Amino acid sequence: MQLIKPAVAGTMESGDIMVTIEPRDSGGVTLELSSNVMQQFGRQIEEMIRKTLAELGVEHAAVHAVDKGALDCTVRARVSAAAFRSAESTDYTWKGAK
Amino acid sequence: MDEKLLAAIPHIGEISHRDVYAGAPAKHTATFQERSSRQNKVLPSLEDAIRATGLKDGMTISFHHHFRGGDHIVNQVVGKLAEMGFKNLTLAASSLAAVHAPLIEYIRQGVITHIETSGLRGELAEQVSRGLMDCPVVFRSHGGRAAAIRSGELHIDVAFLGAPSCDPYGNANGYSRDDDEAIACGSMGYARTDAKYADKVVILTNNLVRYPNAPWAIPEYDVDYIVVTDDIGDPKGIMSGATRYTKNPKELLIAQTAAQVIDAAGYLYDGFSMQMGSGGASLAAARFLRQMMLDKNIRCRFALGGITGQIAAMHEEGLIDRVLDVQSFDLDAALSLKKNRFHHQIGATYYASFLSAAAVDQLDFVILSALEIDTDFNVNVLTGSDGVIRGAIGGHPDTAAGASLSVVVAPLTRGRIPTIIDHVNTIVTPGAVVDVVVTDQGVAVNPRRPEVAEKLRKAGLRVYTIEQLRDKALALVGRPDPIRYLDRIVGVVMYRDNTVIDVIRQIEE
Repeated sequence: MQLIKPAVAGTMESGDIMVTIEPRDSGGVTLELSSNVMQQFGRQIEEMIRKTLAELGVEHAAVHAVDKGALDCTVRARVSAAAFRSAESTDYTWKGAK
Repeated sequence: MDEKLLAAIPHIGEISHRDVYAGAPAKHTATFQERSSRQNKVLPSLEDAIRATGLKDGMTISFHHHFRGGDHIVNQVVGKLAEMGFKNLTLAASSLAAVHAPLIEYIRQGVITHIETSGLRGELAEQVSRGLMDCPVVFRSHGGRAAAIRSGELHIDVAFLGAPSCDPYGNANGYSRDDDEAIACGSMGYARTDAKYADKVVILTNNLVRYPNAPWAIPEYDVDYIVVTDDIGDPKGIMSGATRYTKNPKELLIAQTAAQVIDAAGYLYDGFSMQMGSGGASLAAARFLRQMMLDKNIRCRFALGGITGQIAAMHEEGLIDRVLDVQSFDLDAALSLKKNRFHHQIGATYYASFLSAAAVDQLDFVILSALEIDTDFNVNVLTGSDGVIRGAIGGHPDTAAGASLSVVVAPLTRGRIPTIIDHVNTIVTPGAVVDVVVTDQGVAVNPRRPEVAEKLRKAGLRVYTIEQLRDKALALVGRPDPIRYLDRIVGVVMYRDNTVIDVIRQIEE
């Protein structure tokens, strides 16, 4: 997936995560994460963000995420949405769709 | 009467007496009105009162928390003590709130070197969790504090007690029947213990009323000095209108289930007794219980504890015969205390001390909140999921131990934080006194109470094991990484009998 422009997905509501993603030419994925459950879930949130981007084929990006206790499924959804918006793509492949 | 006759009295050596009558002191002849207008115990300033008490470095001072987030007494008094150069004092409050953040500076200056309290919140709690104090903060339940004060394990040298009304002789109360406009905090139950057992007692009031200030929370014989000040606190922070019922559907579901559990377990009968915690779900349970009481045509003999407007309304409706109020949670409760003759003000000892028969021992059930519950049914209400102190013990362990059925209510998860886990960060109430856990996603009964589990099943309620509830939570949110603590102990938690039940460690950042 080729990122084109800065994009955002998510909100600052409790239980959500706001993900901002910016394209980069090199240097891999940098992540700035803040979370109200950093100690307990920071590691797992970071893993989920990186895994989701890797699955989407995003190699280089600057990601800024503000987490308010989002579940894994929410993290994945927000990161995906931000990436698709950044890539100006609507070519979603819904998991589980038949 | 003379010495000779005295000596002639048979067994005079065994009859307690103070020598021979030598005449009564001169009678006063001024009118009651004139005498009331004299200064009596009223001193011109806080500084004068502090000097008069004989307070010295290293002594213990105490405060009550009936002014909640609106309290201006603690900061005002400790500020004055700092100004006067006092050091190394122990501050023993019935509880502390976020408004007490200015204490941080006085702790750094060495004015306060030890704290005993039911809880800590806000910046002060954050700083204590980060190692502000050399000596660990001691946390006690309301009943535990009352017992420790009475036994002398917690000796108070000088109590500084804010009072919304006081007469010139020291009869002090949380409201006044003389006026309706003044600040009111309702019951002053926790302050009664301090007034009775402290060596010296200073009342700070903004409302000096005529003698006798009846009814009183604190009688004049327990009071040494009175200071009149414009500012005892912020009325809005001390008390706001009625505590509102939650609209959160999760909390309502928990409340409804808790009411069903109590009914199914056999504790909702004509003449039962109860206490509700102040949390959203436990408070909301009152509305479901009320409907059940109407349907069954039964009444509650007494409601205990922190009293809310909902309990007061049920009292006025005739559903609750007696209200025993150690702390009024809202203005409606305070007004009810003022006007309803069967709404009684009680002290902390009467409420929950383990040293004597206490009102908690007469409870059928109590509904309590929790931050965390573990698979041994231990409950934490003191430290947050990040390990930082952010709560208060209150009467949690006292009522759980006293009530025939203790029901702990909590959502299964809060945001991403699971409520039911393997080990709570801090044990406040041991599983040995916790009977039922009610979440939005299921009920668990302590294996100690198989007969309760059986009754719930018979009533059609699904009962899970506590491990099943834990697994449900973990499936939803994932397994959290453990909190990182340093070895250093910043807090000691006492059970209600003053035994050490757990410690709180400094968090690692």
